[in-house]
Amino acid sequence: MAEFLLAAAAVVLAMVALGLVRILLGPSAVDRMMAAQLLGTGGIAVLLLLAQATGMSATIDVALTLALVAAFASAAFVKSAPGPDGPKAADEA
Amino acid sequence: MSLVLDIFTVLAVSTGAFFFLAGTVGLLRFPDALARLHALTKADNLGLGLVVLGLLPRADGALGALKLIVVWLLVLLAGATVSQLLARVARRAGPSA
Amino acid sequence: MTVAWAFDAILAATVLAVACWTMAIRDTFAAVVGFVAYGLLLALVWVRLTAPDVALTEAAIGGGLTGVLLLGAAARLRPAQAAAAAETPGLALRLVTGVGCALISAALAAAVLLLPDPAPSLAPAAVADLPAIGVGNPITGVLMAYRALDTLLETVVLLLGLIGVWSLTPDSFWGGVPGPQHPARTDDALVFLARLLPPVGIVIGVYLLWVGKDEPGGAFQGGALLAAMWLLAMMAGLAKAPPTSRRWLRLVLVAGPLVFLAIGLAGLALAGAFLAYPEAYAKPLIMIIEVAKMLSVAATLGLLVAGSPERTPSR
Repeated sequence: MAEFLLAAAAVVLAMVALGLVRILLGPSAVDRMMAAQLLGTGGIAVLLLLAQATGMSATIDVALTLALVAAFASAAFVKSAPGPDGPKAADEA
Repeated sequence: MSLVLDIFTVLAVSTGAFFFLAGTVGLLRFPDALARLHALTKADNLGLGLVVLGLLPRADGALGALKLIVVWLLVLLAGATVSQLLARVARRAGPSA
Repeated sequence: MTVAWAFDAILAATVLAVACWTMAIRDTFAAVVGFVAYGLLLALVWVRLTAPDVALTEAAIGGGLTGVLLLGAAARLRPAQAAAAAETPGLALRLVTGVGCALISAALAAAVLLLPDPAPSLAPAAVADLPAIGVGNPITGVLMAYRALDTLLETVVLLLGLIGVWSLTPDSFWGGVPGPQHPARTDDALVFLARLLPPVGIVIGVYLLWVGKDEPGGAFQGGALLAAMWLLAMMAGLAKAPPTSRRWLRLVLVAGPLVFLAIGLAGLALAGAFLAYPEAYAKPLIMIIEVAKMLSVAATLGLLVAGSPERTPSR
């Protein structure tokens, strides 16, 4: 079972690594932010699977922290994305 | 009983990993930013949700299971709102994105 | 070729690829996104090296706060970006830098690969004395008991960093409000996120502090999480950045180092040495220091990322 969970974690990690190609290609800022978001969610899934596979339950706390931090980082990205959005263009809903 | 739970874990985690695959393929292959965003949310909600569901029988105690569910709920909340924000940025950037 | 080896190989390859890409890309926003991705991947690396405390810190600081700090810096540098990109260093300078970096990398690789096996370690001695202090997490034992002086100096250094950032304020804005104005809009998705997430974040931050005595966690990680939640509220316009001249703000900032210093000096009288804890009171004293440290770290990190004051406080 631990081997299977570790293998599943490896698969999800490989998927996330592939998704990082989207950060590379772009072409717009949104695509890069989306790839970072996938990395956050995938990383959380990998951490949860690792926690169960290795028996280190503290890894679930790392996943909790990562969930909060990924949300915060994504919000900051959106606020500072180059282009029409950002702090100045904040008046239209 | 534990064999049934093990099979359940294997099935749920495998399906979750499959949804991550689907989300990644969508992110790489869909033609524009909004379509890619749609693919991304499938990985967020279903992928992680199924992984958490599969790990629930193996969690240690009620606190462990609660932590797993809180992680999933946080990712749901963050994913839903960030998708809105990203979609607004993509819409403003125009159809060229 | 076991599954664990395959997992570690994929992880190492991804980390290297992201690092190389982040260095090569020209657009600063893309580079910051790459840097945050690198931080998240590094947290996975720390977990694989069985260091969950460091993974927590890497996730909170490297993944979140440093990324937002760099975003602010990139935004400030954007007007000058064209001019900065136009000046390329000469070939000689680039060669020298490349050779220097290669030498440093070779030295680091040699140091790691030539480590004696098994490496000499103080871990058993650190764990053996933990029951006397009353904490169960050896990291907390090292930070708060064996090397408490280093931790005290680190909290002071963090404060000095903040003073350094404040010293960049133009004279007319001294004591003013840091960061740009974020208008509050009541129907926005960001405001929704900033209403729901910080309460959960505060609970988890305090949980990390509390669980840090016996499990991985601690005041620094909890404080970093609190700072991230505060910054989220500021970004959505729900919380206004406090003017840096407010007395309560400055009190919160110095509370951590002051409490630490006071308990250290009390140790001189009560237990015979600076930063020594009296036998039965070690755990409560450590908890008091950690609580004060968490509040100070949260305020300091939040203000560090918010930047130097840019607006006069509206009285």
